[in-house]
Amino acid sequence: MPKTLYDKIWESHLVEEQKDGTSLLYIDRHLVHEVTSPQAFEGLRINKRKVRAPKSTLAVVDHNVPTSDRSKGIKDKESAIQVEALSKNCKDFGIEFFGLTDKRQGIVHVIGPEQGFTQPGMTIVCGDSHTSTHGAFGALAFGIGTSEVEHVLATQTLIQSRAKNFKICVDGKLPEGVTAKDVILSIIGKIGTAGGTGYVIEYCGEVFRNFSMEERMTVCNMSIEGGARAGLVAPDQKTFDYIKGRPMAPQNKDWDKALAYWKTLFTEENAKFDREVYLNGDDIVPTVTWGTSPQDISPVTGKVPDPKTEKNEDRKKSMLRSLEYMGLEPNTPIQEISIDKVFIGSCTNGRIEDLRAVAKVVKGKKVNKQVSAMVVPGSGLVKIQAEKEGIDKILKEAGFDWREPGCSMCLGMNPDQLKPKERCASTSNRNFEGRQGRGGRTHLVSPVMAAAAAIEGKFVDIRKFS
Amino acid sequence: MKKFERFKALAAHVSIMNVDTDMIIPKQFLKTIKRTGLGAGLFYELRFDEKGNEIKDFILNQAPFNKAKILISGKNFGCGSSREHAPWALLDFGIKCVIAPSFADIFYNNCFKNGILPIVLDEKLVKELSELADKKREIEIDLEDQKIHKGDNQPIDFDIDPFKKECLIKGYDDIALTLNKNQKISIFEDKKKTLTPWLYT
Repeated sequence: MPKTLYDKIWESHLVEEQKDGTSLLYIDRHLVHEVTSPQAFEGLRINKRKVRAPKSTLAVVDHNVPTSDRSKGIKDKESAIQVEALSKNCKDFGIEFFGLTDKRQGIVHVIGPEQGFTQPGMTIVCGDSHTSTHGAFGALAFGIGTSEVEHVLATQTLIQSRAKNFKICVDGKLPEGVTAKDVILSIIGKIGTAGGTGYVIEYCGEVFRNFSMEERMTVCNMSIEGGARAGLVAPDQKTFDYIKGRPMAPQNKDWDKALAYWKTLFTEENAKFDREVYLNGDDIVPTVTWGTSPQDISPVTGKVPDPKTEKNEDRKKSMLRSLEYMGLEPNTPIQEISIDKVFIGSCTNGRIEDLRAVAKVVKGKKVNKQVSAMVVPGSGLVKIQAEKEGIDKILKEAGFDWREPGCSMCLGMNPDQLKPKERCASTSNRNFEGRQGRGGRTHLVSPVMAAAAAIEGKFVDIRKFS
Repeated sequence: MKKFERFKALAAHVSIMNVDTDMIIPKQFLKTIKRTGLGAGLFYELRFDEKGNEIKDFILNQAPFNKAKILISGKNFGCGSSREHAPWALLDFGIKCVIAPSFADIFYNNCFKNGILPIVLDEKLVKELSELADKKREIEIDLEDQKIHKGDNQPIDFDIDPFKKECLIKGYDDIALTLNKNQKISIFEDKKKTLTPWLYT
């Protein structure tokens, strides 16, 4: 029977499968960060267990780190303890660790690909739901809880059940100003925030083939916002070119062997998907979220919806709650919503291409006086590259705050937070209540839409912005 | 892990769809390096105002629901972040079972690792149970027989993966179970080293 890409990766990692479908899956690579790992290492110590494959594991601090000057360390005591705990755990268990002052430090899902740690056909896990990002390379990558982190550290395997196959196909050509972020927000708007539950998504079609690796990562990153633990794009020449020469990529003869294998990683013709959804790229528009779930999307030219027109009672209740939290009136045009803050960064949109696109929009312009805008590079290496290209200068001249790398205001575990009722145009991935700070109001947008909003002080249609 | 035993208790009904793990346990509680004590942060922003005063309207602040051992909620419960702090917070608060029409995958799995039973039921049945909960009627959870008893001789059946059920009932440490298969893992690893050698250099 013809196989999907997911079937191939799943089957090649099966250590054993019980009759009821419970399977032991081998894990090739494990990324670790400071927030979801301390209890796992504690568990290993209590039970006198070792890390089975330290060389397959890479650790970094990202969630809790300040993005302001770090020369004096971390002021917040609890954050400092957590960061220090990871450093010690890595030392004790022999795991490679990128600490606070390492130039390779950055968001875990930015540094994996950047180092060549992420490769096609692998199984990759991390105690973080946005691990789906690595699926952009044709790797089966998904987020796990801390108990599973401990399980992988101890056994290099996970107990799993096979997921169903979900094909999302976007053909056509995206209009100018429409980005990968708008594509994934449109997909989530269509399938809903639980639409992908129990599935692994494969993104197929012309739009994804034409996407750069950065754009594919943006899409795969938010698979979890559509309920799917993992999203995949079949590897191609762009994937191979991106990986080649990176520090942890295969070298010399190994490269040739790896490449031959990677070229076998595609969905075979007539393979069966359990669900298929088709979108036309030409119809996708710049998108803004209005509510407190990533599925609450509107075209930038649209209006805040009116719960009165919603027939489903549960949905109506949920919309009313969202609008109250967001401080929005039904039928308000999206382009009349003023903002207080702009956050550009995160594992969704904190890569070099995102920063280049932002710089292009804001060059020679000034951030609106009502707005405080910050740019947080996804990693130290992204920051260095941006500075080499003069992107930092353009951003600073426009009035953006240029920060040190980390997760920052995507989840606000560090001091970068929204105050109650502050409204933010954010390139991150979640607009949940309180996500960016208690009472904070998040609108998810693409980097270019966030950049234009920073200049105008409200949402504008990037297609008409000059 | 503590064995999951049949129990009878009051359920609290949190009538919200898409309850995310940020809502269950906000960011400021993730800085801990321990698994315990997180009950204080459960649904923090729904339970306490900005000054830290209890919000009386919220169900988990109202007696007798502040002692509830079962939570009933809306579709897609536990979506968002993979933080296991969410089930840790529920457990620390005393919640041993969550009933909803559907759950997000990672949260669902995380529950089993901590001795919490998540039960998926048809929306109509969830509604029926939530009405009983609102009337402060206790219900009994019987995992062994996969039944919810509500005192009317018409118990509700529920489905569960047999392996997950066994782990809960017996309180298995699944790392120990997997470590028993160490030899099998080594054989698999040796095979992989031949097939994909670049992963091991």
